[in-house]
Amino acid sequence: MIINHPLLGPRDAAEFTYLGDASMIDRPDWQAEDAAEAFYDYAYLRDNLAGEHRELWYHEAGDRSWLVVTRDTTTHEISKVELARDVARARGRSK
Amino acid sequence: MHDLIAITALGGTTPRVDTVAGVTCTENPAVALASVAARLGQEAKAQKALAKLIDASAPDVGQHAGGTIAAFWSTPDQWMIEAPFESHEDLADQVNSAMGDSASVTEQTDAWTRFDLTGDPLASVLELLCILDLRKISAGSVACCSIHHVGCFVLCRSPEEFSIYGPRSSAGSLHHAIVTAMRSAL
Repeated sequence: MIINHPLLGPRDAAEFTYLGDASMIDRPDWQAEDAAEAFYDYAYLRDNLAGEHRELWYHEAGDRSWLVVTRDTTTHEISKVELARDVARARGRSK
Repeated sequence: MHDLIAITALGGTTPRVDTVAGVTCTENPAVALASVAARLGQEAKAQKALAKLIDASAPDVGQHAGGTIAAFWSTPDQWMIEAPFESHEDLADQVNSAMGDSASVTEQTDAWTRFDLTGDPLASVLELLCILDLRKISAGSVACCSIHHVGCFVLCRSPEEFSIYGPRSSAGSLHHAIVTAMRSAL
């Protein structure tokens, strides 16, 4: 499998490690009223999709960047690759 | 006073040199390194300070640039700085004062070992070592990749001269991989 890194171009999947669902970017507010419940959901509950899935990959043997890869879990077709920091910042993180 | 003997990453008192056919692999311990990471929101300021330090534009993705003090791109808004150890033993301090508050600087000299590959045909050695697209690599390119399961930087200084940086603790494995590839390919 080849992952088309947004900066470095096509790189072999062996250079990457997989973390999991990209929803892990959306870490709940620890000071919120419902923080305990939100963290339970965040840590343990995942949608197990058959189809298009956004997931976090780490370019361990490359530039060490985190990527958000949109992959079809039934065909392994990768339709989109973004830098995770761009995705996180677009959602108002890192401020 | 302790009577200490300086040794290279491979354990010798002089750098190891291996030649197979027209290609030479030279261990190069004479280099000082420091990493620079631009701080959040100060990326432009850091690039400017870096450009002043290396007397060239801050290297873009997959590039290296500079003179006596040179920099190569390692990841977005991060670079490694290299300079001769003899004249820049305190490189991290020098880089730190040059960057000011715009970036965080970490001493890296003893974390890495460098092997310089010179000669021809280097491409046939490198294509056994790493999965980089060597046709896209030209003088001034740098790439990070896995060699023998060891994460390395590969710098192309010219088609006949490459430098490979790998973790110092894996110097023996990396050297073994390079020399084995040279013997297989040449």
